[in-house]
Amino acid sequence: MQVNENTNFEPVIVAFCCNWCSYAGADLSGTNRLNYPTNVKIIRVPCSCRVNPMFILRAFQKGADGVILCGCHPGDCHYTSGNYFTRRRITLLYSMLDFLGIERDRTRLEWVSAAEGAKFAATMQEFTDAVRKLGPNRRLEDLRCRKQ
Amino acid sequence: MQEAMINKAKQLLADGTVNRVIGWKRGEFVYDITPAVFETAEEIDADFVCDDFTAANVSKYLVKESRKEGKILAFLKPCDTYSFNQLVKEHRIVRENVYVVGIPGGPKLDAEKIKAKGITGILGVKNENGTLKIDTLYGEETMPYYEAILGKCETCKSRKHVVYDELLGEEGEVISAEDSGRFDMVEKLENMTAQERYDFWREQLSKCIRCNACRNVCPACTCENCVFDNPASGISNKAAADSFEENMFHIIRAFHVAGRCTDCGECSRVCPQNIPLHLLNRKFIKDINAFYGEYQAGEDTTSRAPLNNYDKDDCEPSIVHERGVE
Repeated sequence: MQVNENTNFEPVIVAFCCNWCSYAGADLSGTNRLNYPTNVKIIRVPCSCRVNPMFILRAFQKGADGVILCGCHPGDCHYTSGNYFTRRRITLLYSMLDFLGIERDRTRLEWVSAAEGAKFAATMQEFTDAVRKLGPNRRLEDLRCRKQ
Repeated sequence: MQEAMINKAKQLLADGTVNRVIGWKRGEFVYDITPAVFETAEEIDADFVCDDFTAANVSKYLVKESRKEGKILAFLKPCDTYSFNQLVKEHRIVRENVYVVGIPGGPKLDAEKIKAKGITGILGVKNENGTLKIDTLYGEETMPYYEAILGKCETCKSRKHVVYDELLGEEGEVISAEDSGRFDMVEKLENMTAQERYDFWREQLSKCIRCNACRNVCPACTCENCVFDNPASGISNKAAADSFEENMFHIIRAFHVAGRCTDCGECSRVCPQNIPLHLLNRKFIKDINAFYGEYQAGEDTTSRAPLNNYDKDDCEPSIVHERGVE
């Protein structure tokens, strides 16, 4: 059997969830007793548009191995157009991180509605697995923040 | 050209159209030139200069200057007019208080490139049919003209003045991206592997000494309170203590001007460590052009900036994961 050196590695995943859709979606997956990895730390934001590019970089700085941003589906934003702006902003940010050589699978954006508890759980499972495969975040980490 | 500009400045000062002039002033050395405000004809006669080294973009100074009493005369090169227009659009410059005279652009020269050839004690330069004749303390030296051109002028995007009240010289034209080749280096990087890109940027950004010159000179960076001056930002140090801070500073610096950067190239020009900072800005410009349609910041004062706007059919961020080299 092949031994993967990352077998014991458990990634830290930061999920920014918008208050109106994705956070409720996460709640639904809980009330439905669906499992999703405990690696995921949810940060509730009023709208996906609230997420400043610095939030994402700071999450990496403070030890996240992957960052996922969840919001309402385009057209369903509680504030009408917030997530359309998010979409442009985040596309550019992810593209820039890729340009700087940061592994592109460490970042993701997913639209999750309040009714999609199952999708939330499945997305988190999938994303955690993908980041686990990548190993610890070394390219965008702050050594001063590394846990001993 | 310098003479025509001095005459124009004196004339406008004399007839009361303006009460100040912003231009360039010679420093201790011929290549050591700094933007300056002149108030009298005598000051202009003594110090005003416009030559191969007057590359500085004076648009940003007009944010403060246009809020003072009276009108100011500004000499703007084509690339400066884009920055000027962008600032007018953002209501940072009071347009009525500025009298813009368009002057022909570069190419301007980079003294560092001349010095790199081992030529020192520069007293003056002259371009003769593609050969740069340099008068120095130790006699005359020559070098190919194109080798001494500033990086930002090598990939000039436009010779057209997008705004002016008066024009000295002739109207130029916009240069297409293919002709200027300004995205060539970005493309080259995009075609590298992630590891190579990471290594490239680590090598470049680790040179950063956090002097903030790129931020201070940038005509798009005009916030009164900058996020980098916030002690709680985690990146307000005088020197980057960790590679993360270097990455963070440069990503955020470029991101904050995304969609507003006119690609004037001042950031790279002033960088004392010669970091190709304009590549980060150009990456954003290139992405915006590819994802949301061609957009040139500063070209007009009416269109909405790409990040202030949206379209219901915009591409999803997953497009980043699907294209290019991993």
